[in-house]
Amino acid sequence: MLPLKDKDKPLVQKLLAAGCCARCVLRFCCVGLHAAYRHTSHDAAGPNSTEENSTSQDAAGAEASEDPPSKRMKLEQSVSEAQADGASRVCVCCLGILQQLSEHTQAVKVCVAVKAENYEFDSLVLSVSLPAQLCVREHSCWLHVKKEVREKCMTLDKDDVIQVKEAFKWIMQSLIAKELRGVSVVTKVREVGRLFYLANFIQSTACPDCFKPTKNKLSVFTRMAVVKALEKIPADKFLKHYPCPPPRPAGSCSFQDVQCLHVAVFVAGRYNKFCRSLPQTPWVIDGERRMESSVEELIAAPILSAFRADGFNFSSSGREDVDVRTLGNGRPFAMELLNPHRSRLSRAEMKQLQEAINKSSDKIRVRDLQIVTREATGRMKEGEEEKTKSYTALVWTQKPVQKDDIAFLDEIKELSIDQKTPLRVLHRRALAVRQRLVHSMSTRLLDPHHFYLSLKTQAGTYIKEFVHGDFGRTKPNLCELLKTDTDILELDVESVDVDWPPAIPE
Amino acid sequence: MDGTEQRETAQAAPSVIDRYYTRWYRADMKGKPCEDHCVLQHSNRICVITLAETHPILQSGRTVKSINYQISNGCSRLNNKVSGKSKRGGQFLTDFAPLCRITCTDETEYTIYSCIRGRLLEVNEDILKRPALLLEKPSTEGYIAVILPKFEESKSITENLLSREEFEEVVSKRAAAQTQPS
Repeated sequence: MLPLKDKDKPLVQKLLAAGCCARCVLRFCCVGLHAAYRHTSHDAAGPNSTEENSTSQDAAGAEASEDPPSKRMKLEQSVSEAQADGASRVCVCCLGILQQLSEHTQAVKVCVAVKAENYEFDSLVLSVSLPAQLCVREHSCWLHVKKEVREKCMTLDKDDVIQVKEAFKWIMQSLIAKELRGVSVVTKVREVGRLFYLANFIQSTACPDCFKPTKNKLSVFTRMAVVKALEKIPADKFLKHYPCPPPRPAGSCSFQDVQCLHVAVFVAGRYNKFCRSLPQTPWVIDGERRMESSVEELIAAPILSAFRADGFNFSSSGREDVDVRTLGNGRPFAMELLNPHRSRLSRAEMKQLQEAINKSSDKIRVRDLQIVTREATGRMKEGEEEKTKSYTALVWTQKPVQKDDIAFLDEIKELSIDQKTPLRVLHRRALAVRQRLVHSMSTRLLDPHHFYLSLKTQAGTYIKEFVHGDFGRTKPNLCELLKTDTDILELDVESVDVDWPPAIPE
Repeated sequence: MDGTEQRETAQAAPSVIDRYYTRWYRADMKGKPCEDHCVLQHSNRICVITLAETHPILQSGRTVKSINYQISNGCSRLNNKVSGKSKRGGQFLTDFAPLCRITCTDETEYTIYSCIRGRLLEVNEDILKRPALLLEKPSTEGYIAVILPKFEESKSITENLLSREEFEEVVSKRAAAQTQPS
């Protein structure tokens, strides 16, 4: 039963006469009942639609049930009569989008495209992109029936008219859901585990000449620009340039394409780096790769194929240089997988994936591999700024030293150092002085010119510069403390003291 | 740790400069004999200006009386302020822009020049506080200034400079000339 009343009649008749389809009529009558749109097709559905009725989600239908049945039936008949005349015509308002393009065949097309991509998902969000021209036609229809709408109800406004996009989604969602079986289709855009579907419509009719702002670009008629312009232009000016009601279109809209995009999945873990010639990210200068492979590529390769993702964004709680090893529990990292075709892996499968990564290379090792939420990755970045790190450095001294000469370093606690931005990163960082704390140190003599220095420092401390002084731009530095030239020959990260991601027992 | 192959003697260990910087030289700056400058160019294109070992300031037991970064009435290198990643505000230098004037206790005066085109990032204020640093560690803590050349010019700035080998040749020719009977 179409939820239309007597007071809608003048509105309905005027729109039908102008060449609107039944669904657009419902829209301008501000009918918010989803079911009404699903059960009305562009063909005369009038009296036949009464059987497939009321199991609707929207409570707006309560309005219709108050009127006696006889009144409603009459309306439907007039609708179907009017439709019989113009049934084969393309709607002047929606250009066929709510007519033949909202039918079962189109839904099947979409589902075929979705199935072809072979995604694993359990819910779907429909997203539609419509031509800008529709705004203009809609505006014209609105001006045409503004008087009648206001007479029906003083408080109704252009915003109360149901948008083409909304009606389209209400119809298509249930059709697609039926086709895809067992998939819940929703209107609201929410993050986790959903599949996004985009349908682009192109228009076969020409764009209206009239108004358009500023730049001389190809697609200056963006939806945003058109909507803005329509808001600005006063009604009388609009009516001078554009017919009201809108003109009969020469053709109708057609599907452009279907794009599927799965929401990102986040995989986190901790990595060890055992190689002194492996950068964290690919090292490419002027298009030429300077060093083979990288930490992120080695970790990403098996993960990308397991999740059948298109790409990734790698981030970690800090970084180490190419020539520095990462030992101990490793450094926390998170990988955003883009457009994964698989989104759920069991614990066992994640374990297997971890094994696969570890087997693939002896340069890195991964642990605690797990799927996490986007929000959880924030924990990792707080580690970068706030948490402490531990290192071991192999130090060379110019003057020969003995155990007693370096023992005093073990006693130094909470040493505050001022580090000007190291010259080696100054080309890409701002010049500044950073105050950092070296919480504690311990030494182990190797020979008169070498000893191992273990340090526990505040996050963001440049260890190499603390050891060799960086032209005296880090103060105090080890050269000053030991009163000799010192240099750092090797550096290892012993621990990154961040307790995320949660440890996964082996 | 795998440090076994790294145990080298005091002389053999490549220093930080050896590992990351290339040494370039300008000899006889502005025609003044032996006023040699050294430009340490990092692999990231940042340059550190220092005195070359052969510079007169470092010879004949001289000591430094004062260092002045005020190179003209309107310009002091100490007023140089850079901000942000792109180092906005840094004074732009050309090859022969003076960086500072150094006066020694024997009243000899020397001007140190930029040697390259680029943006001045910082001058060494430690040598103002302790001029002896310039003599003790001319190549490291006693550096004069840090300059960032334009990205496009990072390779071309060295065209007018001498490589280490070329400089050593110049130096040995000088020594030979001095021993020649006149």
